[in-house]
Amino acid sequence: MIPGVDGFMYPNEVELQWSVLIVLYPYITGLVAGAFILASLERVFKVEAVRPTYRLALLTALSFLLVAPLPLQLHLGHPERSLEMYLTPHRSSAMAMFGFVYLWYLMAVLLAEVWLEFREEIVHRAQTTKGWLRLVYHALTLGSYNVSPEARRIDDKIGYIITVIGIPSAFLLHGYVGFIFGSIKANPWWSTPLMPVVFLFSAMVSGIAAVMVLYVVSSKLRRIAIDMRCLDTIARYLFYTFIIDFTLEMLDLIHRTYEADESFRSLDFMVHTRLWGSHVILQIFFGTLAPLALLAATQLRSFSEARRRAMYMTAGGLTLIGIFAMRWNIVIGGQLFSKSFLGYTTYKVALTAREGLLPAIALMLLPFAIFLVLIKLLPPWTEGKATEA
Amino acid sequence: MDISRRDLFHIGGKLLVLASVGATLDQITGAAPPSEAYRMADHWWGMLIDIDKCIGCGNCVRACSKENNVPEGYFRTWVERYQIQEGAQPQVDSPNGAMEGFPLPTRADVKSFFVPKLCNHCADSPCTQVCPVGATFISPDGVVLIDQTYCLGCRYCVQACPYGCRYLHPKTDTVDKCTLCYHRITQGLTTACCENCPTGARQLVDFKDPKDPVHEFLRHNKVQVLKPYMATQAKIYYKDLDGAVR
Amino acid sequence: MRRILREWAHLIRPALVLVAGLALFLVLRAAVVPKDFGKYGHYRPGALDMIRQKPIAFAGQGACIMCHDDEAKTRASGKHAGVHCEACHGALADHASDPSAHLPQLPDVANLCRRCHEKDAAKPANFPQVVTAEHSGGALCNTCHQPHNPHL
Repeated sequence: MIPGVDGFMYPNEVELQWSVLIVLYPYITGLVAGAFILASLERVFKVEAVRPTYRLALLTALSFLLVAPLPLQLHLGHPERSLEMYLTPHRSSAMAMFGFVYLWYLMAVLLAEVWLEFREEIVHRAQTTKGWLRLVYHALTLGSYNVSPEARRIDDKIGYIITVIGIPSAFLLHGYVGFIFGSIKANPWWSTPLMPVVFLFSAMVSGIAAVMVLYVVSSKLRRIAIDMRCLDTIARYLFYTFIIDFTLEMLDLIHRTYEADESFRSLDFMVHTRLWGSHVILQIFFGTLAPLALLAATQLRSFSEARRRAMYMTAGGLTLIGIFAMRWNIVIGGQLFSKSFLGYTTYKVALTAREGLLPAIALMLLPFAIFLVLIKLLPPWTEGKATEA
Repeated sequence: MDISRRDLFHIGGKLLVLASVGATLDQITGAAPPSEAYRMADHWWGMLIDIDKCIGCGNCVRACSKENNVPEGYFRTWVERYQIQEGAQPQVDSPNGAMEGFPLPTRADVKSFFVPKLCNHCADSPCTQVCPVGATFISPDGVVLIDQTYCLGCRYCVQACPYGCRYLHPKTDTVDKCTLCYHRITQGLTTACCENCPTGARQLVDFKDPKDPVHEFLRHNKVQVLKPYMATQAKIYYKDLDGAVR
Repeated sequence: MRRILREWAHLIRPALVLVAGLALFLVLRAAVVPKDFGKYGHYRPGALDMIRQKPIAFAGQGACIMCHDDEAKTRASGKHAGVHCEACHGALADHASDPSAHLPQLPDVANLCRRCHEKDAAKPANFPQVVTAEHSGGALCNTCHQPHNPHL
């Protein structure tokens, strides 16, 4: 009797291969994609109401994108060889191709857009700050100090084009992560053509919720009044996106239950036992139904501003937890059952090991640390531009 | 100094014997570089497993472990025991991969048999498809191998294998699995598991060898592969594999 | 014209950064990736040689027979004809290459024979198997059975 194993598992299956770090990775890239889509709402789709969060969304996306490769590096047996993915990428591997999607998104989309958006402030600060910080800004200008109205108009136009390219790029960024799982025919919990779409929409939901929460929290900390028109609009988009996400997940569930193929009995049992807490309670009830109900209520009835803010914040927080639970259920859940459909194992999260809980928590906090540095360096607040950092 | 023809004959003969014995011994211990006579294009390796001959002794598991320094708790090959009550899900066990055989007795009132398993060296393998860097691949002679100096240890291939034959080696932090004893078969030996199977349940086969008995065997016997619906073109053929085998 | 170029000039800089990065990447690639990568498929051909050079633990019965052909003849005429030498005697490649330096150990008869021949319902019915506790009254198997030709 192997501890933690019920029934039969192939001998090499007992130990899980992909840990909580691999749960973190799609969560983080999801936040990036979602935050960027929110930013593009204003830039491309002219939803002017969300303009106050445009720069915030960009910096959120950047903070998380910079951290995204770290859980992967910690997970690899040989992180020092990870450059091989760029040197000899295997074209049939979604993981290899993803390396380039990530690089493209970071360099050609996000960094370019952040640079173009903040150029004026960068040049201004390169000219006015003192000490070593001045060198940093000088480096960021890439040597050009041209911020004439014509140059800025060009920046705006190019930024628009980049955002337009950025939307399918963001879709690709997170859709690919879904494909990495969805294309594995050996694993029936993962293998479905719906996976990239489900991942994408849940990413958008988490990203929008993250920006919404960050906007409220940062406004409160800065003691600035919250633009309710902006917040209401973001919440509305969150609601619409969530409906689509929920529909997709329900479609997958109904389809599985109806077809009841070879794997169904085993997976069904797993959801009712080992995944009951994380899947049914946390992901479905608290993470999806509760925020949907809250958001629906704000759409159907009018509440006071304060109450709406409380409802949005609760919905946003629950959403963020729920989408994390969803990633957990997919990654960990997909490894808890045996491919013989005759048994289950247990995931024991270590605390301090390389792939343990503490590194995972540290990696989740790191983007916020980077975010704090970024907002000092490149303030996203458009009101009170004269204020120095 | 005068050397007679007889002397030359003696000296030459001794040298010849010495050389051939040395060469053979070198082959056995593997100290010499690979034999130049082996051409990959002439071979396409697989295995034939006869379920009705397997007695679950675990010799193959022990032999593989010894030959390939397989780390404890991980398995390049293992044997499963099926106990099937009519109308119920099969009860399957593989105590430590059957390293010590099956110490607990089998129920006498149900259908039961042993199933040796190993990497299927699929011709269309999903594991090599997903490797991001080209660390795992199928050799020109049909053996799926891993380049231990190139593997990142990302374990994508472990997830992609439908048969559970891969594991992460705890010492090298790279993925490892059955190599069909590539270091043996390229030198004219058979795999460690086939060499040590006492009943001949496991047989190495070379599909490109016209004299290999596998051709006659496949013509006259019903054979199966594991999980045929995965369409991996597995090259481990099973004779008399029960439909209940996962 | 010059005025338009001047207004666009700052965009050259990020483009240059990207080009420089690409150049660096190509140089690194040429330096690090082996020249014959991809010769047979998307992998290092050197890996094949590396794997083929792994040390061998089991000599294979062909090597044993070279010296021990009388035991081999005995075995070939009996029921254990299909059981190769090392299946019972263990991995002996080092013995085969240097017989006096590596002496094989005698198998542990008490457990060895039982592993195959203990009666079990999952074993094929026509395979010789006994309930060893009832079979020999505690005597070791080789008291009555000659291992190389076991049929009494």
